[in-house]
Amino acid sequence: AIPVRSSRLPLLSDAMPAPAHLFPLIRNCEISRICSTVCYCHHKHLCCLSHFAHSHFRYASQKRFVALHRPKENFNYFIHTRDYASTPQRFYLTPPQVNSILKANEYSFKVPEFDGKNVSSVLGFDSNQLPANAPIEDRRSAATCLQTRGMLLGVFDGHAGCACAQAVSERLFYYIAVSLLPHETLLEIENAVESGRALLPILQWHKHPNDYFSKEASKLYFNSLRTYWQELIDLNSGETTDVKEALINAFKRLDNDISLEAQVGDPNSFLNYLVLRVAFSGATACVAHVDGVDLHIANTGDSRAMLGVQEEDGSWSAVNLSYDHNAQNEHEVERVKMEHPKSEEKSLVKQDRLLGLLMPFRAFGDVKFKWSIELQKRVVESGPDQLNDNEYTKFIPPNYHTPPYLTAEPEVIHHKLRPQDKFLVLATDGLWETMHRQDVARIVGEYLTGVHHQQPIAVGGYKVTLGQMHGLLTERRARISSVFEDQNAATHLIRHAVGNNEFGTVDHERLSKMLSLPEELARMYRDDITIIVVQFNSHVIGACQNEEL
Amino acid sequence: AAGMFLRLLSDVRWRAANPKWRRMTCSRRSTSSTAEPHPVSLPAQAQVVICGGGIMGTSVAYHLSKMGWKDIVLLEQGRLAAGTTRFCAGIVSTARHVSVELKMADYSNKLYQQLEQETGVKTGYVKTGSISLAQTQDRLISLKRIASSLNVMGIPCEIITPKQVAQLHPLINIHDLVGAMYVPEDALVSSANVSLALATAASRNGVQIHERTSVSHVSVQKGRVTGVETDRGQIQCQYFVNCAGQWAYELGHSGEEPVNIPLHACEHFYLLTHPLKEPLASNLPTIVDPDGRIYIRNWQGGILSGGFEKNPKPLFTEGRNQLEIQNLQEDWDHFEPLLSALLRRMPDLEALQIMQLVNCPESFTPDMRCIMGESPTVRGYFVLAGMNSAGISYGGGAGKYLAEWMVNGYPSENVWPLDLKRFGTLQSSRTFLRHRVMEVMPLMCDLKVPRWDFQTGRQLRTSPLYDRLDAQGARWMEKHGFERVKYFVPPGKDLLDLDQSKTFYKPDWFDIVGSEVKCCKEAVCVIDMSSFTKFEISSTGDQALENLQYLFSNDLDVPVGHVVHTGMLNEKGGYENDCSIARLSKRSFFMISPTDQQVHCWAWLKNRLPNDSTLTMEDVTWKYTALNLIGPRAVDVLSELSYAPITPEHFPSLFCKEMSVGYANGIRVMSITHTGEPGFMLYIPIEYALHVYNEVMNMGQKYGIRNAGYYALRSLRIEKFFAFWGQDLDAFTTPMECGREFQVKLEKGMQFVGQEALLEQKQNGVYKRFTMFILEDHDTDMDLWPWWGEPIFRNGRYVGKTTSSAYSYTLERHVCLGFVQHFDEKTGEELVVTTDFINQGEYEIDIAGQRFQAKAKLYPFSSLFTHRRRKDEVELSGYQRE
Repeated sequence: AIPVRSSRLPLLSDAMPAPAHLFPLIRNCEISRICSTVCYCHHKHLCCLSHFAHSHFRYASQKRFVALHRPKENFNYFIHTRDYASTPQRFYLTPPQVNSILKANEYSFKVPEFDGKNVSSVLGFDSNQLPANAPIEDRRSAATCLQTRGMLLGVFDGHAGCACAQAVSERLFYYIAVSLLPHETLLEIENAVESGRALLPILQWHKHPNDYFSKEASKLYFNSLRTYWQELIDLNSGETTDVKEALINAFKRLDNDISLEAQVGDPNSFLNYLVLRVAFSGATACVAHVDGVDLHIANTGDSRAMLGVQEEDGSWSAVNLSYDHNAQNEHEVERVKMEHPKSEEKSLVKQDRLLGLLMPFRAFGDVKFKWSIELQKRVVESGPDQLNDNEYTKFIPPNYHTPPYLTAEPEVIHHKLRPQDKFLVLATDGLWETMHRQDVARIVGEYLTGVHHQQPIAVGGYKVTLGQMHGLLTERRARISSVFEDQNAATHLIRHAVGNNEFGTVDHERLSKMLSLPEELARMYRDDITIIVVQFNSHVIGACQNEEL
Repeated sequence: AAGMFLRLLSDVRWRAANPKWRRMTCSRRSTSSTAEPHPVSLPAQAQVVICGGGIMGTSVAYHLSKMGWKDIVLLEQGRLAAGTTRFCAGIVSTARHVSVELKMADYSNKLYQQLEQETGVKTGYVKTGSISLAQTQDRLISLKRIASSLNVMGIPCEIITPKQVAQLHPLINIHDLVGAMYVPEDALVSSANVSLALATAASRNGVQIHERTSVSHVSVQKGRVTGVETDRGQIQCQYFVNCAGQWAYELGHSGEEPVNIPLHACEHFYLLTHPLKEPLASNLPTIVDPDGRIYIRNWQGGILSGGFEKNPKPLFTEGRNQLEIQNLQEDWDHFEPLLSALLRRMPDLEALQIMQLVNCPESFTPDMRCIMGESPTVRGYFVLAGMNSAGISYGGGAGKYLAEWMVNGYPSENVWPLDLKRFGTLQSSRTFLRHRVMEVMPLMCDLKVPRWDFQTGRQLRTSPLYDRLDAQGARWMEKHGFERVKYFVPPGKDLLDLDQSKTFYKPDWFDIVGSEVKCCKEAVCVIDMSSFTKFEISSTGDQALENLQYLFSNDLDVPVGHVVHTGMLNEKGGYENDCSIARLSKRSFFMISPTDQQVHCWAWLKNRLPNDSTLTMEDVTWKYTALNLIGPRAVDVLSELSYAPITPEHFPSLFCKEMSVGYANGIRVMSITHTGEPGFMLYIPIEYALHVYNEVMNMGQKYGIRNAGYYALRSLRIEKFFAFWGQDLDAFTTPMECGREFQVKLEKGMQFVGQEALLEQKQNGVYKRFTMFILEDHDTDMDLWPWWGEPIFRNGRYVGKTTSSAYSYTLERHVCLGFVQHFDEKTGEELVVTTDFINQGEYEIDIAGQRFQAKAKLYPFSSLFTHRRRKDEVELSGYQRE
């Protein structure tokens, strides 16, 4: 049989009939093909009003996805967009142009070797992001813990703006590192700060030039962090730090600090506005802590961690190391319902959203789902005008009776690495909604090993035309050639996520069209994608395993 | 999977016609049941045993039995026509580059056409014609060259426009075409049925055919075939014919006395489809799209299309491998480029349904020409294999030639280009073959431009000076595994890279070779010519002289120290070899022959010299490095290096002397240059090669010495009208026909091989004459260059073909050499060619369809011999090898 794989999502064109002439920009291509990667609803994290400042168009596009929108509005939206997409001519990006877009944010880190050997269980990682929002709302972080062993990697998917994701990406790893530090080290650090001596470095960051830290807030953030470690010193339990506990504590503490900072405010008006933006926007987080063979994944929200496992026959399989916190997760729905009175059972989850609004069921920030109505009103009223003028911040979610409805507490999964565990993929939902994890495992696995387990094709008794066969063969060839184009596994994965066609191979034309969508349209066809691919060192892991045996 | 081929093999009525076959068919049927009657037992002896029941084996059996040999057994390990023959595409195409291949294909076509009538077996013969497409102007030139050859052979053929292509074939996309060649008489056959028809006819003529019988090895005694061992017993025989196709190599190596048959199998894929909605007509022309690397024929209403990809998959390198045979699967990914080419050529086929991708291994040879003839080591051991996927096209003609070879001693055509003896043991390394066939298979579709060289299997045999010459900019070509210099690229000058340098026009090395030629004419050049085949023949008494006098046409009983140019002729007076023999002493001779004579000449002499311990022959090719010092100042260089008088009085032309050069002693110096220019050949024991070369170059500096290559040599020899064996001379050319009577001593006091034939020719005149043509209205910069094989027209009528050509830097004209025949205007009968006939004609040379006026000459320009030292001792019409 011809192993034509098709893991396509249902075509949007089937779900939402949209006449081709309404897409003048892409009218010359097969609309169904372009639409096939379009996700049901991209602005799903928050289905109501979006940013503090936004265009009419963005407002409309948001509205389009509001759960209760009416078909008529939908139609209006398309009428509006015609003005935007008025360039009738076809234009394609050349392969070098496509590559420059795909590679703009790519970053690779190779764990340095000592004495010609890499003794770490991590060989290195590749990361990349492809914006759909402008500016991008995803963030990523990677750092090596300097006072404890281990490496931290995380992806953060912001919603209602990028402020919260940005803050979490800067701060969370410090909270985790501090949570992991032994008592003596905490004391040493505190003493150094107290006496104005140089601080022990806690983290070595591995950052792409585009990954920025806010200078203005650093003092504020530092003070909050210092308060945290002072409390840890006071609490000194004397027990060795459990990683799982440390992760949970760090997540919760940071979210708490975000909330407190917004309530307290800051005399500096810029900072005051900043902390409010951070608190009123939201972010999911998926963080990995790797120390030897111990891999911990702490996840809050619907980003995902996946382990790539190579089977004995050389094929690739995927193991989930996180659970999505959303309406598709029964346990999560159950948890939310348990936390609130039975009377709210029906209003808690509507249209697969928390209170009919929010897609992730856990998140940082989003104080609109955490604070009491009184607190929200007080803060907004006393806040700066920008905040006061914004309809979104003033808007109280419907059926808002027993806050908090949302938590930043992560679910932590511990996994002992085995030699067959070759890599870890951390990615925001922008990836997972376009690709099945099994395909992700295969594509990354084949990329990393350079081996392409392409089953030979046999026609057998099937009815195949020359044209079909030709299409299939061209795709298979493109699949191989695309591997050699990328030096970064995350880039390679993004290429597939955006450019894959019905055969599961990269179609340049499609890739080009997807990437040449204007800012206003891009968000409709894809979400921000952020990916970190961590490659494990099987030799070290194997050796560790043997020692333990 | 094989079920579909039942249709190809559908007609089995022919078996019923033959009682013997009915018996065998019965026995085969009962194989599946319990009691299996013994098949017909093998005869204890036969005159000829043929191994292989494919198109080649059956064709040889057919032709041998037609020529009257009846005592023939054909053995097939499986079923008749069940190997490559069964799977091949069945296209009979006469569009071939090499003349003898063209003739074989033409004969095959005519044979197959009447085979059904002759045998009653349906052969599926349909005259569809074929269209070879050109996507580029260069391809069109290549096709026009073939068209010229076909036309003068009387095979209808025309160059047509893309529009005409569209009229001949409804499905072709013609937008990227510049033209095409239409050969209306090309045909399609069911190859298996052709083979079965030939078997039927052979069987009726008495040939015994035994299937399911494997030959394990061939028995040899005293260098002769005595019998074969099979899995069903022994057969004594005088002749064995190896037609084992891709297994021929292994079979050749299975015996105690190995027979090297250099061929190697590659996977070959073609596609079969279901019929079109409106089934294709069975007489629709076959399409060959060499630029797309594909062929397309109609097949049962659908199409059959395959091709020759750039990255072939060789197989069975380690010998026959049962696992590999079973695993021969369709490889669609491999076929993708060919499928793309097919859909580009016929876009309407997109919706056509695939039936199967057939993987049919084909065997390929190191030079893309098939292998035919008798083993040089085992007499009576004949070979016909290595068809380079043109088995059906060649089958009939090749079988005929081999049968003639066995019955008459030689075929009716010159088949040297196909002769097994063009190869030696050096071409039978499996690694070499594997690498080379990967280059050869893509060449099937590559543009065949003049002077291309194989890139694989190189640097096998080299001169000790190889690295020195290479460092000085040498560019290399290969002959018989030996690296030879084409020319030297001066420092700081770059030539085009390989692919870009392919041209039918003026090549990029034109000026480089020009300056080398100039240096040969005005100063002195050194050319490394170590690849020449060198034998030493000596005896205790006069046996050597006596035998050589019989085997060579010139008089070898010359004073010691003389060099004699002589032909080694066959009974018909034709050149088997053309060589120079130096008499080293009363009883020993030093013989120099062309490079590719190493195997052939050795076998020829071995078979004819008495097996006598007092007469020894040794191949000393590897012992000597040969340097050719060409030019008027060669004499100065040599005399300074040797302190010996080399004036013409002391060292006349055609003289050989052992002397010292520099510190090295025992250098054989001969006053010949193979070009007609003054100078010397130095035969240097290899350990002195570097020393002598350095000395010559140092000393020569003040005389303006420089390195030169074979292209310069070639230009020099052709402008002097020197013929060269293997190109101009062959077994069907006598000294009388090429103006070399003076190299034949008809009255040397004893008989010699070919004497009678030459005497007869002397009396009756010759039927072809080697002639030199100077192109008159040819623009070297703008016009297509001649190569060889161009038709010659006299007063508008075809009279022959050129055999070699070169640009003469002295005459500033192109010179073509070729043979002129005289056909009776009415009957076409061959008439005697007289000097007047040559001189009284207006000539034209046809280069790819364009005719250029040419002046014919029977003698070289005397003005070219300004440097000669003694009028009577000039190497007039010496000889030349390339």
